Amino acid sequence: MNPKYKRLLILFLILSILGVATKLVLMALEENIIYFYTPNELKKKYGNVKNIENKIRIGGLVLEDSVVINKNESIFEITDKKDNIKVFFKGQLPDLFREGQGIVAEGILKDNKLIANQVLAKHDENYMPPEVADALIKSGVWQGEKKK
Amino acid sequence: MFDWLANPNRFKKITNKLEPSLLVISLLFIIFGLYFSLFDSPKDYQQGDAVRIMYVHVPSAWLASFLYLSLAISSIFYLVWKHPLADLISSSIAPIGALFSILTLITGSLWGKPMWGTWWVWDARLTSMLILFFFYLGFILLHNAFERKVDGSKSASVLAIIGIINLPIIKFSVDWWHTLHQPSSILKFDGPSIDNQMLLPLTLMIIGFGLFSLYLIIVNVKTKLIEKKCEALILKLNLKELS
Repeated sequence: MNPKYKRLLILFLILSILGVATKLVLMALEENIIYFYTPNELKKKYGNVKNIENKIRIGGLVLEDSVVINKNESIFEITDKKDNIKVFFKGQLPDLFREGQGIVAEGILKDNKLIANQVLAKHDENYMPPEVADALIKSGVWQGEKKK
Repeated sequence: MFDWLANPNRFKKITNKLEPSLLVISLLFIIFGLYFSLFDSPKDYQQGDAVRIMYVHVPSAWLASFLYLSLAISSIFYLVWKHPLADLISSSIAPIGALFSILTLITGSLWGKPMWGTWWVWDARLTSMLILFFFYLGFILLHNAFERKVDGSKSASVLAIIGIINLPIIKFSVDWWHTLHQPSSILKFDGPSIDNQMLLPLTLMIIGFGLFSLYLIIVNVKTKLIEKKCEALILKLNLKELS
């Protein structure tokens, strides 16, 4: 065989082996790679466990009409439209925090409630000027996210 | 066929013609792109003015990934066909790609603080982008780490090829796993979910950044060709003096 093609073949073989190995490693580490669980996934994974001492992250939408902001604590619920989890958070909420917004809260689970030490806003992939957003909501094409 | 393309004299001939127009066109794209991104494009309904960071962030990220692909391909050409010009091209691409990846990380971080509420998280997208930056750094370091230049070129090329595996991970990380980073707005099955007024500056910037990197790579390769010629001449002179 032409040595060039031999080298090419060897490279190709090495790459495919590495590719498969990487795929296996990523599959094995999936739990560490995913950044958050949705409330439903958490329920599936932990069943009826009510307390989790290790830090976990829960992601989902802020449930409409669930937000109570007191002087030093905010209480709200995260939903994935199947299950909800109540979150208690002492600290500053991100600017994008509002009802219907995607967020990720990190903390420990106590009595099925998340005592959060950090709340991050998750931005979606939609980019548009305010007028377009208003028009879309008006025409009923899109529900939009409630303004603060 | 590759030998025809890889002839240094032919390379110089073609690029000499391309170089000036490439610089002018790319700068025009960047100037217009910057004008539209900073002054003549709407605010985002949620992000406000912070959306403008995207016009640098997304082109940098695309370029960082695309340049890495080019780096890996030219490394394959070097290892398989052993043509020295391919190695010159790889080592010319690497610093530019490294620059774009660090630019992606910095602009992303600047956007993340006001929008997400954090500078950095270890989610799959951000981490794989950081790894891309490390692959670039590794390539540059390995390339210069050996006394015999050929050893450096070979080992750096092998590293570059291994790094290909990271590219699909970067691209699909946002679809495969839950990440804090949002999925792609432009490359989607149901068309871009970004307003046309925002797509315009973004497209201008992507083309501008792309052409400007091509220009930088050509200048880099030509400089390295001259360097090589100088080294060869010095070697010749020394040999003459010895004899």
